[in-house]
Amino acid sequence: MHDVSAQPAVHQHSAPTGFLRKWVFSLDHKVIGKQYYALALVSVFIGMVLSWLMRLHLAWPAWPIPLLDKLSAVGAPAGVMTPEYYLSLLTMHGTIMVFFVLTNAPFAAFGNYFLPIQIGAEDMAFPRFNMMSFWTTFVAWLLMMAAFFVADGPPISGWTAYAPLSAVGGDAGPGLAMGQNLWAISIAVFCIASLLGALNFISTTLDLRTKGMSLSRMPFCSWAWFITSVIALLAFAVLLPACILLILDRTAGTSFFIPAGLVLSDKLQPHSGGSPLLWQHLFWFFGHPEVYIAILPSIGIVATILPTFARKPLLGPRAVTGSMIAIGFLSYMVWGHHMFVSGMNPFSADIFSVPTLIITIPATILTLLLLGTVYGAKMRFTAAALFCLGFISVFISGGISGFFLAQPSLDTILHATYFVVAHFHFVMAVASIFGVFAGTYYWFPKMTGRMMSEPLGKLHFWLTFLGVYAIFMPMHYLGLAGNVRRYSAFVDDYAIALIPVHKFITIAALLTGAAQLIFLFNLIWSRFRGAIASENPWEATSLEWSTSSPPPFDNFGGRHMVVYNGPNEYGVDGPQDYIMQTSPEKVPVR
Amino acid sequence: MATTILPPGAEITLDDLGSGGPPKIAPRPGHVTASGSHAEKSETGVWVAVAAISMFFAAFTSSMIVRQGVTPDWLRFQLPRVMYVSTLVLLGSSLTLELARRRFAGVPGSLGSTTAAAKAIVSKGMYWMYVTGALGLLFVLGQLLAWRSLRAQGLYLATNPSSSFFYVFTVLHAIHLLGGICGAFYVLARLRKTNGVARKSGFGAFSIYWHFMDILWVYLLLLLVLRF
Repeated sequence: MHDVSAQPAVHQHSAPTGFLRKWVFSLDHKVIGKQYYALALVSVFIGMVLSWLMRLHLAWPAWPIPLLDKLSAVGAPAGVMTPEYYLSLLTMHGTIMVFFVLTNAPFAAFGNYFLPIQIGAEDMAFPRFNMMSFWTTFVAWLLMMAAFFVADGPPISGWTAYAPLSAVGGDAGPGLAMGQNLWAISIAVFCIASLLGALNFISTTLDLRTKGMSLSRMPFCSWAWFITSVIALLAFAVLLPACILLILDRTAGTSFFIPAGLVLSDKLQPHSGGSPLLWQHLFWFFGHPEVYIAILPSIGIVATILPTFARKPLLGPRAVTGSMIAIGFLSYMVWGHHMFVSGMNPFSADIFSVPTLIITIPATILTLLLLGTVYGAKMRFTAAALFCLGFISVFISGGISGFFLAQPSLDTILHATYFVVAHFHFVMAVASIFGVFAGTYYWFPKMTGRMMSEPLGKLHFWLTFLGVYAIFMPMHYLGLAGNVRRYSAFVDDYAIALIPVHKFITIAALLTGAAQLIFLFNLIWSRFRGAIASENPWEATSLEWSTSSPPPFDNFGGRHMVVYNGPNEYGVDGPQDYIMQTSPEKVPVR
Repeated sequence: MATTILPPGAEITLDDLGSGGPPKIAPRPGHVTASGSHAEKSETGVWVAVAAISMFFAAFTSSMIVRQGVTPDWLRFQLPRVMYVSTLVLLGSSLTLELARRRFAGVPGSLGSTTAAAKAIVSKGMYWMYVTGALGLLFVLGQLLAWRSLRAQGLYLATNPSSSFFYVFTVLHAIHLLGGICGAFYVLARLRKTNGVARKSGFGAFSIYWHFMDILWVYLLLLLVLRF
């Protein structure tokens, strides 16, 4: 029998020695994963500061914010932001968080680091493409950041860049000249980077699994990264054309998205017959799958981590994988539910409403299986486990409001209110970030060779968990009371009565944001002073725990791993209550 | 802790794998290490790229259909005739690529062209690869002539949505094709290094991409003929 495993390992590229090759333009998937993580970390703090600025202005609109006038003398004269500058910050907050944090951290960062190791490979399929995809992402990030410093400031058209506002240029308002150009080019570049990354993830999963690593034996987070990469491949391949057409409308005088007869600043725009709705269709065809690009890796991370700390196998592992596939498939059939109030044909709204409600079925199955795994378990309440439980909580809280918004008749009333802000922050942003926190506490020992401080991790969890509920729960109430979103200040009688709620949310946001400094301190302190981590500190089963912490350059020190079991063998009888994937030990019948 | 690893050079067979259940996947032909073979990875990568590029042009196609239907300002115009000639040129390049494939199929094993006869076969294969790349360049030249012809009629990028889509489709296809020509040069360099072993040179991946570029162009041409 031809046995390839017996052949010596030949790594695709040798270990680098120079500083630039080792730490900057590295081909090593582990370094690239850390680079993505660092970029996401910087971005999340920028995004968080932007949200603080917006929240401060919403609660106390006349207060001057120190140093804000230094960032933009026009947008914030004497430190008090103009309504337009509020929209600029809103745009940048959403864009930075969705693209550079929620896409990068759970998918690109952890996926790059752990997908090859979990499937027993030495690196990604195409290491050079991998390096290119990170540095292309970094170029996109620089272009986006540059929008803060151009004369007209960042764009005011929101992270969704709705046309015609985003397409017509500087006549329509601040930030819509060079700022919007930079936004569109940055996102187009980001699309290219994401396509390269998705191509690499798919090829790696299909071709580089080690002996015995059948698809059914892949860890759940590897499954999630694989499904996410398929979604990302098809979604970013649609956003890129949308950005190309937008750039052409803005710079070459075409009329894809700009309708005829548009007069702005007393000037008739030289365009004819374009369709603003076309932009929305293209954008949301990407935009809804993007929600799952953000959340599916975190679902996979939680499904991997939770059994480790519950010391029980994940309930219904095939149903978990199947539900993730179903969510990925259905994500392409529901984009119109973002457009119920766009002027789209009302019959179309019903067509999009049905699959939106259907998508709650696999999501509910997933949630119940995660809860069922915890039921009756002797949990080890580590910081990672707490964030997994927190994930389930916020995923349910955000998911339930989705039932209401999926129905056009209710969404018509709620769409432009804070109810939607509460919904998507819970189900997409906070849930995804909780997955990232869980992943960080869980994999930090493997990535650095040192343990994070558990007491600080638990303090971080409780402050964050209570904090996000204090921020986003009241927003449901605001939405039901008719408080519109995207406004920089509330001057109507009914809205003035709601300002105390906004003040409460602002204080909660400031405190919850400050609590993230505990995480940052823990991350940096533990990197240098944390206790030394063993090879498998959590007694977990997957392949990354069969190699040293941190792993050697080729992941397994020249060894080829052979896999005998699935990743779900916890709670077995014997001297230890788990069986590693690399163990030939027979799994007892339960 | 019971873990099983294979040190370099260790001999095992599937029968020796213990009682935990044998590995479910057998190594596929062409696997050299746990990192897979060059040919399989690059071919998988190209198939994934084909999916992404298909989606990319599908998005433009649906945009065109929506834009054409939403406002009655669509200007119909005659496609430049040179496009039909260049289509034949591009289809011809697929034939020459297959001629190259036949030559490389005659190269023995994984050692490559070690004999004079084998070297002659590889040399002929590479000749057809050069012809394929040259025909690709000729096609792009044909597209340049087509754009010039349109400009002569006063049809620029922003003149009308129909001309806008014409330029978008043809320019983006040409960029993808130029990428393919760069790929041809890469494969030629690899063929020289591997003594003409196509499997180790990315030839299979390149030919998938090149044929796909042909099919994509035929699709785009039909779209343009039907809609313009």
